[in-house]
Amino acid sequence: MTSAPGEKNADLVSRRRSLDEAAALPVLLYFTTGVVWLLVGTVLGLIASLKFDMPDWLSRVAPLTFGRVRPAHLNAVTYGWASLAGAGCLLWLVSRLCLVPVQLRKSLIASAALWNLGLIYGTGAILFGYSRGVEWLEYPLPAAGMIAAAFLLFAASILQTFRRRTVPHLYVSLWYAVAAVVWFPFLYVVANLPVYSGVTHAAVNWWYGHNALAVWFTPIGLALAYYFIPKVIGRPIYSYYLSLLGFWSFALFYNWNGIHHLVGGPVPTWLQTISIIASVLMVIPVMAVAVNHHLTTAGNFRYLRTSPTLRFTVVGAMCYTAVSFQGSLEALRDMQEVVHFTHYTIGHAHLGVYAFLTMILFGAMYYITPRVAKWNWPQPKLIKLHFWLTAAGIGIYVVAMCTGGVLQGYAMNDPARPFVEVIRLTRPWLGMRSVSGMMILAGHLVFAYLFAQMIYHTGPRRETAPWTEATPV
Amino acid sequence: MIFIRLWMFFAGVLATLFLGWAALVGVPGVQLAAVPAQPGLRPYTYEEAHGREIYIREGCVYCHSQQTRPQGFGADQKRLWGRPSVPGDYVYDQPHLLGTSRTGPDLLNIGARQPSRDWHLAHLYNPRAVVPGSIMPRFPWLFEEKESVDPLDVPLAPGSRIVATREALDLYAYLLGMNRTYPVRGGAK
Repeated sequence: MTSAPGEKNADLVSRRRSLDEAAALPVLLYFTTGVVWLLVGTVLGLIASLKFDMPDWLSRVAPLTFGRVRPAHLNAVTYGWASLAGAGCLLWLVSRLCLVPVQLRKSLIASAALWNLGLIYGTGAILFGYSRGVEWLEYPLPAAGMIAAAFLLFAASILQTFRRRTVPHLYVSLWYAVAAVVWFPFLYVVANLPVYSGVTHAAVNWWYGHNALAVWFTPIGLALAYYFIPKVIGRPIYSYYLSLLGFWSFALFYNWNGIHHLVGGPVPTWLQTISIIASVLMVIPVMAVAVNHHLTTAGNFRYLRTSPTLRFTVVGAMCYTAVSFQGSLEALRDMQEVVHFTHYTIGHAHLGVYAFLTMILFGAMYYITPRVAKWNWPQPKLIKLHFWLTAAGIGIYVVAMCTGGVLQGYAMNDPARPFVEVIRLTRPWLGMRSVSGMMILAGHLVFAYLFAQMIYHTGPRRETAPWTEATPV
Repeated sequence: MIFIRLWMFFAGVLATLFLGWAALVGVPGVQLAAVPAQPGLRPYTYEEAHGREIYIREGCVYCHSQQTRPQGFGADQKRLWGRPSVPGDYVYDQPHLLGTSRTGPDLLNIGARQPSRDWHLAHLYNPRAVVPGSIMPRFPWLFEEKESVDPLDVPLAPGSRIVATREALDLYAYLLGMNRTYPVRGGAK
């Protein structure tokens, strides 16, 4: 990752500048709309959370009933925020790693537009009562079709950029990025087909629900962490061979995890068992990635103080290790007997999609945005505020939901306790979750404010970045 | 890339996804397609099917599961939520509504457990009126307030001018039909 000083380096710097210029418009389109969906999704999530504390609040407004706001939140933050911001990051990353300008830029603009139309249609449909009723696949078919088409346009651009690459070496981030854009369209289209029913539909549902993380969201996070940790620190990844093992074991095992969402249910026992085994086998790719990320970081923690990119990315990478080990344990039957059907699952999901993926997306955007928007982050203090609000917020969130969930699970498994008592038991933890949600929303408002200044070139003008990185540009 | 050629990379990427699909969807799909409906199960009536659409629209699935676990795995049996469910209990379900959350209790056999129409309508209108401590949402838009109550109307309580809409009545029909207490026939799993 480090480049030799001198003339060759200067040439590389100017080539990268031209790559950033070519990437600017599509990347910023994805980023900007992603940030809008982040705000929309966070507000929806906070409303859903407050409904637990105040069940009669807004109770005459049908579109804001819990059962509609909750799926609207999930879809807005996953297909909206995480997918759009992730797509923007991957475009930039693949162009950098292939050392070739982003290809098919016109179709990327169509992709971003179509993607957002699909999101508006789909999220609106859920709120106004046209959900398909399948978790992670609530969008009506026309909305899902728009998103699938938008994704294919995006994938075409990534693959075309990859095909035109001018470097002989394929860095590990590229494997994850290219695999993700090949995997996800298949998954999304097959899962959306309106042909399933009964228990088969449940199996398809959770094959998809877990694989959306396996083949799209997690590869984004890992590709970015594999790039930014060595990049910012300025030393190569700890072990190249280990990353190879990590990638292929990830591809092999993660795909088989989904049915651990149905443990104890009416699905064939062998099917539950293979998903539990695959969930435990995830320890192998997770260890490989953990060794690579954490041992590259080890001894360089001082950069966490000066680089927001590294700070968000390293916290995200640590949470990846944590959420993966938690997931392997959580899939075990003994654990499922207690925590299945509880808020623990929600805590786990947020440790993954938020503490891991979203933190890494923030880190990546702190690096990429100044290079494509040609403006330096105006207020470093607000970046710190953004970090602490979101990090503390998600920390409280996960602790509250996991603790509350375990208590809820044990209480539910005690037939002597009336069900209403189980609900009463969880309410303080749910209240704590609402407080953490407010902190996270405040953090997102700070980030959106900073991001808007980048787009409009306002705020204090800075000639250099407000922090130091080992390898600038 | 080291060790392998590019076509092998893409072949591997496609093969791993296909393997996962085959294991979790393909093979179980073939196995489950051969499962007939339980003899005690009947298709949904028109009213029940419409009620099921309301159940989906209001997102009941995000707090209520429709699957009962066997003895020795959770307290479903001791809470009298019904015998362990089997694939043959679900053949008319499209989409499936197995659910993953029990913020509220399991509903697979709610029709057997609580058949009262008055209870369900009052509960949908204001859950806390019948279950103190409940955090379920209210669904006032499934009811309407009338100037004069028609003899065919179903008021919330005798003398009440708040009457159930078609949607509330069909949702009740669906909940009443949620009854998989018939004995299981044939190979369970």
